[in-house]
Amino acid sequence: MPIKKDLRKVLVIGSGPIIIGQAAEFDYAGTQACKALREEGLEVILVNSNPATIMTDKDTADRTYIEPLTPEFLARIIALEKPDGLVATLGGQVGLNLAMELAASGVLGEHGVELLGTPLTAIKKAEDRDLFKKTMEELNEPIPESCIVEKLEEAISFAEQLGYPLIVRPAYTLGGTGGGVVSNRQELVETVARGLKHSLINQVLVERSVAGWKEIEYEVIRDVADNCITVCNMENIDPVGIHTGDSIVVAPSQTLSDREHQMLRTASLKIIRALGIEGGCNIQFALDPASFQYYVIEVNPRVSRSSALASKATGYPIAKVAAKIAVGYTLDEIKNSVTGKTFACFEPALDYVVVKIPRFPFDKFASADRSLGTQMKATGEVMAIGRTLEAALLKAIRSLEIGVDSLFYPGLADLPADLLEAKLKTKDDMRLFVIAEAMRRGLAIERVAELTALDKFFLGKIANIIKMEEKLQRAGQHLSIELIQEAKTMGFADSRIAAITALPEGHIKELRISHGIKPVFKMVDTCAAEFEAATPYYYSAYDQEDETMVPSGRKIIVLGSGPIRIGQGIEFDYCSVHSVLALREAGIQAVIVNNNPETVSTDFDTGDRLYFEPLTAEDVIHVLEKENPEGVIVQFGGQTAINLAKPLADAGVPILGTSVENIDRAEDREKFDQLLQELGIPRPPGQTVLTMEEAVAAAQRIGYPVLVRPSYVLGGRAMEIVYSQEELVSYMTAAARISPNHPVLVDKYFKGKEIEVDAISDGEEILIPGIMEHIERAGIHSGDSTAVYPAQSLSPALVAQVVEYTEKLAKALRVKGLINIQFVVFEDQVFVLEVNPRSSRTVPYMSKITGIPVVKLATRVILGQRLREAGYGVGLSPAPPLVSVKAPVFSFGKLVQVDTSLGPEMKSTGEVMGVGTTLASALYKGLVAAGCRVPAKGNILATIADKDKKEALPLLKGFYDLGFRILATAGTAAALAHAGIPAETVNKIREGSPHMVDVIRAGRVHLVVNTMTKGRAPERDGFQIRRAAVEHGIPCLTSLDTVAMLIEVMTSLQEGHDLEVFSVQQYLPH
Amino acid sequence: MKAFLVLEDGTLFSGEGFGAAGKHIGEVVFNTSMTGYQEVISDPSYCSQIITMTYPLIGNYGINDADMESTTTHLGGLIVHRLAEMPNNWRAKTGLSEFLADRGVIGLQGIDTRALAKKLRQRGTMMGIIAAGSYKATDLLEEVRTADAKPHPSPVYRVTTLAPYTLHGSGYHVAVVDFGVKQNIIRSLMAHGCKVTVFPAATSAAEVLGCQPDGVLLSNGPGDPKKVTGAVTTIRELLGRVPIFGICLGHQLLGLAMGGDTYKLPYGHRGANHPVKDLQTGRVYITSQNHGYALVPDSLRGNDVEITHVNLNDGTVEGIKNRFVPAFSVQYHPEAWPGPEDSRYLFDSFMGLIRQSKH
Ligand SMILES: Nc1ncnc2c1ncn2[C@@H]1O[C@H](COP(=O)(O)OP(=O)(O)O)[C@@H](O)[C@H]1O
Ligand SMILES: Nc1ncnc2c1ncn2[C@@H]1O[C@H](COP(=O)(O)OP(=O)(O)O)[C@@H](O)[C@H]1O
Ligand SMILES: [Mg+2]
Ligand SMILES: [Mg+2]
Repeated sequence: MPIKKDLRKVLVIGSGPIIIGQAAEFDYAGTQACKALREEGLEVILVNSNPATIMTDKDTADRTYIEPLTPEFLARIIALEKPDGLVATLGGQVGLNLAMELAASGVLGEHGVELLGTPLTAIKKAEDRDLFKKTMEELNEPIPESCIVEKLEEAISFAEQLGYPLIVRPAYTLGGTGGGVVSNRQELVETVARGLKHSLINQVLVERSVAGWKEIEYEVIRDVADNCITVCNMENIDPVGIHTGDSIVVAPSQTLSDREHQMLRTASLKIIRALGIEGGCNIQFALDPASFQYYVIEVNPRVSRSSALASKATGYPIAKVAAKIAVGYTLDEIKNSVTGKTFACFEPALDYVVVKIPRFPFDKFASADRSLGTQMKATGEVMAIGRTLEAALLKAIRSLEIGVDSLFYPGLADLPADLLEAKLKTKDDMRLFVIAEAMRRGLAIERVAELTALDKFFLGKIANIIKMEEKLQRAGQHLSIELIQEAKTMGFADSRIAAITALPEGHIKELRISHGIKPVFKMVDTCAAEFEAATPYYYSAYDQEDETMVPSGRKIIVLGSGPIRIGQGIEFDYCSVHSVLALREAGIQAVIVNNNPETVSTDFDTGDRLYFEPLTAEDVIHVLEKENPEGVIVQFGGQTAINLAKPLADAGVPILGTSVENIDRAEDREKFDQLLQELGIPRPPGQTVLTMEEAVAAAQRIGYPVLVRPSYVLGGRAMEIVYSQEELVSYMTAAARISPNHPVLVDKYFKGKEIEVDAISDGEEILIPGIMEHIERAGIHSGDSTAVYPAQSLSPALVAQVVEYTEKLAKALRVKGLINIQFVVFEDQVFVLEVNPRSSRTVPYMSKITGIPVVKLATRVILGQRLREAGYGVGLSPAPPLVSVKAPVFSFGKLVQVDTSLGPEMKSTGEVMGVGTTLASALYKGLVAAGCRVPAKGNILATIADKDKKEALPLLKGFYDLGFRILATAGTAAALAHAGIPAETVNKIREGSPHMVDVIRAGRVHLVVNTMTKGRAPERDGFQIRRAAVEHGIPCLTSLDTVAMLIEVMTSLQEGHDLEVFSVQQYLPH
Repeated sequence: MKAFLVLEDGTLFSGEGFGAAGKHIGEVVFNTSMTGYQEVISDPSYCSQIITMTYPLIGNYGINDADMESTTTHLGGLIVHRLAEMPNNWRAKTGLSEFLADRGVIGLQGIDTRALAKKLRQRGTMMGIIAAGSYKATDLLEEVRTADAKPHPSPVYRVTTLAPYTLHGSGYHVAVVDFGVKQNIIRSLMAHGCKVTVFPAATSAAEVLGCQPDGVLLSNGPGDPKKVTGAVTTIRELLGRVPIFGICLGHQLLGLAMGGDTYKLPYGHRGANHPVKDLQTGRVYITSQNHGYALVPDSLRGNDVEITHVNLNDGTVEGIKNRFVPAFSVQYHPEAWPGPEDSRYLFDSFMGLIRQSKH
């Protein structure tokens, strides 16, 4: 059937900020969908609050609203745009929930908006546990015995009937928020209470646990004519019990016989038909490893993280096909864009193995509970493709960028034997390395299987890797060519072979090159070579035939940014994609190397060619040798790509843009200090110290407070501000491992205004799209603070100073491309905090709000164009009439035991943008888009550290004046009383119940203001309060600057102002 | 053990042997199914062929007792990229290598199976020699080149049952003409309650009708349909006297019997992902396929035959029916195993046809 009649304008809802459970996959899906819809001549209206996405580029849709994803804002946009249809299944759970709310509240009906694709009834049948259960029962598809409860007592009585273990799962949440396996009554009570709180419909499901079974997923597509296909199935190496988002996953399934596979496939088709889905869905099964018994665990009636993975794993563009189906096409009418000859109505055949490994944020959160369960914790993932499972696994590990190149994790070698077995049982993010370590020590596979419930097939593959390590070890210096060949085929990195054999890495490389041991590149073609395909999508393998087709002409490689993690998010994928687009516009072949399956950059038609590879020097060099490009661009792929500049340059590869020497001058502390001195640009005084004594002396000299920054910390980085010698000593002994090899930087902490600048430089001149000012003062990581553009409070003199410093630095570093600088203004003096000779987190945001295509300009400059000729002028660009803010978004709800207080170490996972005519309205939008429920009245719980009391009092008074009631701990209450502000005193935890946490639990608090006293140990009151707030979804502010901002917003809200919505096309010039 | 594959065009692949030692000359084909290797290697339709599995990891779940498509294997050799060293599945009784060794089937692993599949796609199916043991590549090439090209009798006669046998059931009585029948066809009929009598390929129509069947199923089988000469006559005589359902080779034979022609596909269809469109309903089914020959569409344009199904990828004929008498057939495998079960309903259709013809 061709496109639906009378359909002209379609609304697409995006998924908002990156949070755990909802990452870049929806940018990929949404972008693909927008393209697919516009191909049909439809006018596309897009709404998404996340500026760091390709989908919110002004060319992706006809009109783009970067506005909060709430029913209120959506209703405004719908009233304004009056679209004919709405595609709700491409924006993750957020988009889906929003569409359902809009349908339920009658907004869609009122404006005659048709829900396209999967109908509401189908969504409800899949999403509402009760309806889902009923549907499955009618189909005779087994689901675990369960009971939907709305009250705690119901859960308890159900448990009494069925026994334990049980699993508690709330309805309508993301990433399993608030669920978990419980094995006794106490755990049941806690988990059910939390789950009820997190569920949007106040329901939780209590069900029989099938932890330990095989977890298998199917990606299924159905069209309106009832044609159904399964795009691919995926097997979780981690059995049921660990969220699929946190599981190591292989595609296709490995341990299922055809009988088992077809049984589940047939069930999948039956289910998608019964639900009546028109588009894609994901079905998760638990399969008994010892019988044909299975359960249906979940159906996601939309594109998902798994469908993005399946698309990348097979080459089948699920989101695109789902979009075409939504507007009326059937599968047999949609072309397979990979072969160009066959149709979308087929099931891809793979002739390789795909391994996905999640990336966890525990390096940032030393205190977090690392154990894995039904609640997702990973922020991102990597995917690797190989011709063997071992090779794909090792490639995936290298792609993770966690400092290891194999299954060997240094610290584990010291683990006592008894602890090792215990660690095998409690599964955390280290499990793969723990298993490898156990095997290295000779633990039998059977025993490992018993302890971990992993399938012996997979353990056997790990054992192969360990056996190869042993062979290499035995060979040592007498390493033979045959053994190198074997190890390479298995996926070993040169560095790993070198480490085991104690031979230099360069030697291994020379040896193998001289014997022609190099990988070939194979194509991902959806059909296992059955049809001719010319997909420019490749992976490396130590196999025989190379299939790359590298046309002649100019070509340049753009390095991607790998997995999404805190500190390096989707922004860098955005930048890589833009660089690729700029190259293509310039008529140059753009080649991408990346390993993140969620992203737009790894869509096979983003660049001219895509290599799905780990971003290590060795792996990238192989691509380079194949492509022989004129150079590599490293400045858009975040720190990942920048870190490869030196090794690649050493290997003789031209690095385009800012030179490696100058990158080093910006990144090396000593060289950078020297540069600043030469330029006469001040930075906060500081010193590098090697011993505790030196640290104490340095801090004394510089004066407290100081910011300490150890170069090596167990389990991650940990920058901290310390206010006294006592704090310094205790912090250094607890967290930092100071030694001559691991120096610590001690800097003067300036609690001043933080300013951030991104600039493009051609080496002679610069263009500054704009200057951003942070709401929170320095000391809160730039990624976690609210960035306002244009800066509102800077004097012209300050602005001139910032511009001058930026110019000087860019020139001195001979920056060609982008530079990002953070400044702090302290007592009217501007200091440089940091210079990043690369694109930054704020580049997409600045591009969106100024309309200056920052990355494209930078790329053109790298190619040799002068800024002056680029058409956007030089110097500081004039500011537009609107005000915008970039607000951080956190995923604390998913990370148990993580302190939510903000500091110099970044904690946010994503960001949103708010645009308004006034600062207050922009801030309000930013807050709302970030998920903060801004209370209009109610109770505020305040516990303020002594050092902050003076500053806090006027703020608390502000709340009081706005009509809030203030609850405070004794000290704060006393200070308030002294200032004439009435407050209700609540107990600290140690003072006994009812204490602060009780008050939060009781639902009496609508906002928490808490500033840190020293130490972050979980047992402290502050920590407990902050966690309680997170777990109850109450905004908790830890910076008084944020509090001040909020008061301003609330005041203007009370005065009442119009929250107009703006499309990007409307506020961007041309 | 070293092992080789040498193609008639001289291409040499060397890897490691598994299964049995020895050598075998046969047609080299590839199959793109990612699961179902046990069903594939026990499917008589692969008689004498050297099968390359394009999915690189094979043998993962071992070999069990239940998933056999015939009591023994007929293939000439199996080529995989990587054989599982540690198969694991609750039903597994043995490993793939042991299984093949027991049956004298040669295995080759460690070669670039994708390169091989591509070659077969580009050049068409080729003859090749698979050899495991101490052979010399040059000798092997000589051998495959000089392998006699004179026409062989159809391999159907090697795989068909020697004598008729009956499996009891309380429903319709279906006569299966066994050209190399997959067990799952018989199982599928029995699942419908049928009583099944299986006849050798060379059975005459009179003999078939002698058991008074309610319907006749023409089974799958190996090789060129035109070489199964007697069968065409038998089918012609059966047409109109009893409802007929043809599968795979049985479909080609039905087509020939109704005046059609067949031709050899360049590299066949072997896999579990082929989309087939039902021209009557417009619906598309994902099917399991294994065939090297197909019906020539134009040869079927006569009055009697209607093309009911086509392959969505290449437009080849996938299903036909007779407009006047109860007879229909499909090129693919509705019984599945290996492959999708989407087309199981065709057995229901067959039962329906029988029921109708009784009125
Ligand atoms: N009955 C169960 N017993 C044990 N584990 C389960 C059960 N149901 C789900 N799980 C585990 O919890 C994870 C998350 O559950 P799921 O229903 O998929 O929620 P989400 O919406 O977060 O994806 C699953 O991936 C699975 O590993
Ligand atoms: N000397 C300082 N005084 C005040 N704040 C600082 C100082 N140094 C760093 N910060 C704060 O710490 C944050 C992170 O430091 P930065 O050097 O930018 O590290 P990163 O590489 O993580 O971005 C900054 O955004 C700023 O808020
Ligand atoms: Mg799930
Ligand atoms: Mg910084």
